[in-house]
Amino acid sequence: MEVTGLTDRRWMRALMLLLVGMIAALTFVGGGAAHADEINTDKYDFSFSGFVRNDGDPLKGVLITVSGNGYSAQVKTDADGKWKIGVPEKGTYNITLDESTLPTGIIVAEGGNSVDVEIDKVNNKVYNFFLGQGVRETTSFLDQFIQRAFTGLSFGLLLALAAIGLSLIFGTTGLSNFAHAEMVTFGALATLTLAVDLAWPLWIALVGALLLSGMFGWGLDAAIWKPLRRKGVGLIPMMIVSIGLSLALRYIYQYIYGGSTRQLPGADGVDLKFGAISLSPLDLLSMAISIVVLIAVAFFLLRTRIGKATRAVSDNPSLAAASGIDVDRVIRIVWVIGGALAGLSGILFAFYRPGVSWDMGFQILLLIFAAVTLGGLGTAFGALVGSLVVGFFIEISTLWIPSDMKYVGALAILILVLLVRPQGILGRKERIG
Amino acid sequence: MSSNVKPTRGAPVKSVNLHIGEIEPGVPKVDPIIVADHVTRSFGGLTAVDVAHVEIPRNAITALIGPNGAGKTTFFNLLTGFDKPDTGRWTFLGKSLAGIPSFRVARLGQVRTFQLTKALNLLSVLDNMKLGAKGQKGENMFVALLPWLWRKQEEANEAKAMELLGRFKLDTKAEDYAASLSGGQRKLLEMARALMSDPTLVMLDEPMAGVNPALTQSLLDHILDLKTQGMTVLFVEHDMQMVRHIADWVIVMAEGKIVAEGPPDAVMSNPAVIDAYLGSHHDQDLGVDPHAEETMHALKELLDDEPSS
Amino acid sequence: MVDFWQIIQNAAVELISPTTAAYALAALGLAIHFGYTGLLNFGQAGFMAIGAYGYAISTLTLGFPVWGAVLVGVGGSIIFALILGIPTLRLRADYLAIVTIAASEILRLIFTTNSLDAVTGSADGLSAYKGGFAALNPFPKGTYGFGPFTMNEYDLWVRVVGWTLVILGGLLAWQLMRSPWGRVIKGIREDEDAVRALGKNVYFYKMQSLIIGGVFGTLGGMIFIMPRAVVPANYATTLTFFIYTILLLGGAATILGPIVGSMIFWVLLSAVSGFVARAQAVGWFPGMSSVQAGQTRFIIVGVVLMLLVIFRPQGIFGNKKELAFVK
Repeated sequence: MEVTGLTDRRWMRALMLLLVGMIAALTFVGGGAAHADEINTDKYDFSFSGFVRNDGDPLKGVLITVSGNGYSAQVKTDADGKWKIGVPEKGTYNITLDESTLPTGIIVAEGGNSVDVEIDKVNNKVYNFFLGQGVRETTSFLDQFIQRAFTGLSFGLLLALAAIGLSLIFGTTGLSNFAHAEMVTFGALATLTLAVDLAWPLWIALVGALLLSGMFGWGLDAAIWKPLRRKGVGLIPMMIVSIGLSLALRYIYQYIYGGSTRQLPGADGVDLKFGAISLSPLDLLSMAISIVVLIAVAFFLLRTRIGKATRAVSDNPSLAAASGIDVDRVIRIVWVIGGALAGLSGILFAFYRPGVSWDMGFQILLLIFAAVTLGGLGTAFGALVGSLVVGFFIEISTLWIPSDMKYVGALAILILVLLVRPQGILGRKERIG
Repeated sequence: MSSNVKPTRGAPVKSVNLHIGEIEPGVPKVDPIIVADHVTRSFGGLTAVDVAHVEIPRNAITALIGPNGAGKTTFFNLLTGFDKPDTGRWTFLGKSLAGIPSFRVARLGQVRTFQLTKALNLLSVLDNMKLGAKGQKGENMFVALLPWLWRKQEEANEAKAMELLGRFKLDTKAEDYAASLSGGQRKLLEMARALMSDPTLVMLDEPMAGVNPALTQSLLDHILDLKTQGMTVLFVEHDMQMVRHIADWVIVMAEGKIVAEGPPDAVMSNPAVIDAYLGSHHDQDLGVDPHAEETMHALKELLDDEPSS
Repeated sequence: MVDFWQIIQNAAVELISPTTAAYALAALGLAIHFGYTGLLNFGQAGFMAIGAYGYAISTLTLGFPVWGAVLVGVGGSIIFALILGIPTLRLRADYLAIVTIAASEILRLIFTTNSLDAVTGSADGLSAYKGGFAALNPFPKGTYGFGPFTMNEYDLWVRVVGWTLVILGGLLAWQLMRSPWGRVIKGIREDEDAVRALGKNVYFYKMQSLIIGGVFGTLGGMIFIMPRAVVPANYATTLTFFIYTILLLGGAATILGPIVGSMIFWVLLSAVSGFVARAQAVGWFPGMSSVQAGQTRFIIVGVVLMLLVIFRPQGIFGNKKELAFVK
């Protein structure tokens, strides 16, 4: 890093902020500007459609959002009250009617303004909202904020599981592992195979999937990374190898499991109400599991011999080797732990989305990287903090920006943080020379 | 720069009477080239450099010595703009350098080399040399597209490079990749490359580290030669024999502070210096030594000091 | 029976197709970034998207003429390079990788969102921007070429423009890299501190490199959309990884490498996936569906990328000694 004149740097920061501001402005201006009454219907084979009428009168300009399986689209009803939204694959989607776009005094009378509808046998599923006179129960901003914050926390915790694994691997081997996404997907696919295809009881399937995930991490290290380290391949070539591996693995998954999204058993539960926020028992369980596992990882790193050795290798591998630590063994263990944590993250993500698909890990790979970078490259606890920031920010930002752009905010935050604190939130400054 | 200066053999001519008044750490110099005040730098609570006042004499060879972890390389990095101090200010030829980026420092005529040789292995020896030349028109992206604008300057730089390479006995290697040189030859190349910019002050970070004994004498002669040509030299070194042999002035650092300075013979017999070298720090735990990794690298380089092809 | 002649003919088409030219340009830009300067740009897809959307939006929404639309795209990519470079070019190489990949995903999400449907066409993308370009076509209506290379006047025009750009871009990069500017750039690839110590403004050079390579990508993005529509899904990170495969296939620190690499990549990809699809159709691969046959190409690209990096990192044209990889 070099020293630049203060004014010089200030000027650059100002320019940066201006540019980021422009992007943000673009984002906000765009909010709710969807005009078409049909969207993505010529692109995809499957669709949802419906009529919005009040007492026989069609309502125009009512905003409908369909989201699920990593996809989201919204549309406003036309003069006949019609709407239609194409979706990429069969599965369960959430359809939401924005009540603030209904005329005053009219609300969704039955079934709520947000429902989960499955599309399976037919290509086009019709869903109509029943409207009626009534006073709208608006959720206050604070309540929405709390609800989002909880969802964000849950997402952040599951991201953290994957991010800590990635960070440990980065710390001990220097590898930026792009194939970590496929390790995440692996956990979910393994659970799907064991619990659905082989119809094992869910708990046994989960344990089996975690074991398989750990073995998968070990296998990747033994088959690919260890030989490459022996060969003396540089870090950037290794990173590109991981990109190739990610691509190959992802399409092997698609080859085997197909392109559809499938559900794990137990994905549908009744929401529990805690005041303003509603959470499913699964959300709570997922958060509890994440927290317990994260504490276990912290204990492992701080208290056990092998955990201390891991941190020593992260700090300075040659020194660690010189002081008698078996670096290869540490790396092997890190891969097993990284694989198992990624697999667990994938399983929880499968319940969070909900659904298992061949590219689900790849969808959050960048968020995992963003979390690790935000926290400070190679620091396990930084990865945890980074994940929580990313998860929280993604959900909170949907209070203002369209939900199909929620990842934009998280990634923009990453760029902004690097601007003011290049070493990440918890990272150390590097010594040069 | 004159082309026919041959490295001198035998006892070097020492510059004397460089200081004013009583010899003590921070003593003023008759003609200082660098004056530094209150320069401090710490890494996570560990103070690496804490220099209250120091002056480097012009047109002399000054050695900066001290035990591992004394902060010599960090001080070098601060003076050359490769690192930012927490506090302090310093001048080079009367111009304040605080906050000036490293490349501007180099352009002002204060050129450095590195402890771990930074010869660019994937460039030819000649390209390494040409990279050192200042004010090249062809280094502007747009001018680069119009070769007739820079061809002449390029030829002049090439001639100058070949002449310097001749002096450093590297001319036969001009077209080879720098990677094919031995560790010692790479040190020579790095020094020759620094000279391409006609510097005023040459700062050498452990010029002898990892140099094969056969090349040591030639390297020493080249350093002495720099003074003959009117340049000032500041170097970091561990080898006391060498320091005694060529340095006109010695500055001793320990725990980031300057503990002693003076002419070589006087410094070597100073109890503070002996304490700094053999005191409480000779058995320092490697784990907290910020230089430990560098030392290991240096050790490796030492072992690798065989021509690699 | 598998019709090998048809497979060969289909593959031959790719040799000079506009897509091949577009990827060659983008890979050339990446050669400047990664091969010569050592910048880990994982956002080349973003630069291509800026070319595509810059051209299409300024033509459709703003009604710009062809030259104006091209300028908008190029200007956009310069701004994008500044946004990426200012925070990251002072930091370690891996930060640039993360920021570029994130920024190109941000772009794709912005181009995909329904909120901006009126301008970007959201997931459906944009079409009908080709009129201005077609109107400049000097070739009269008719059929040109021979055998598999038979095409109409528009296709010929796109190919002529595309490959002219590739050749000009190649010459420009070649001249730059043999100049003192190129010497500084190659020095930075290996050790930027050494170059800094010699009085060069490393940050400035890296920024210049990022901008030039990005503009190459942007021009590639414009050629890419001439035979097809602009669809946001095309600009996912997989696009960047394909371009890396092409670059490493040809040789990262070479001029000819990315160009010939693109030709080989597309010809081979077409031949292999054509073969797998046809062989599957006649039952040579029992247990494979036609959908699965289509997916094998991605598996093959991934495996080839890994093998290339491990066993022939210098690519086809690269010099083993002047290995492109930075440590």
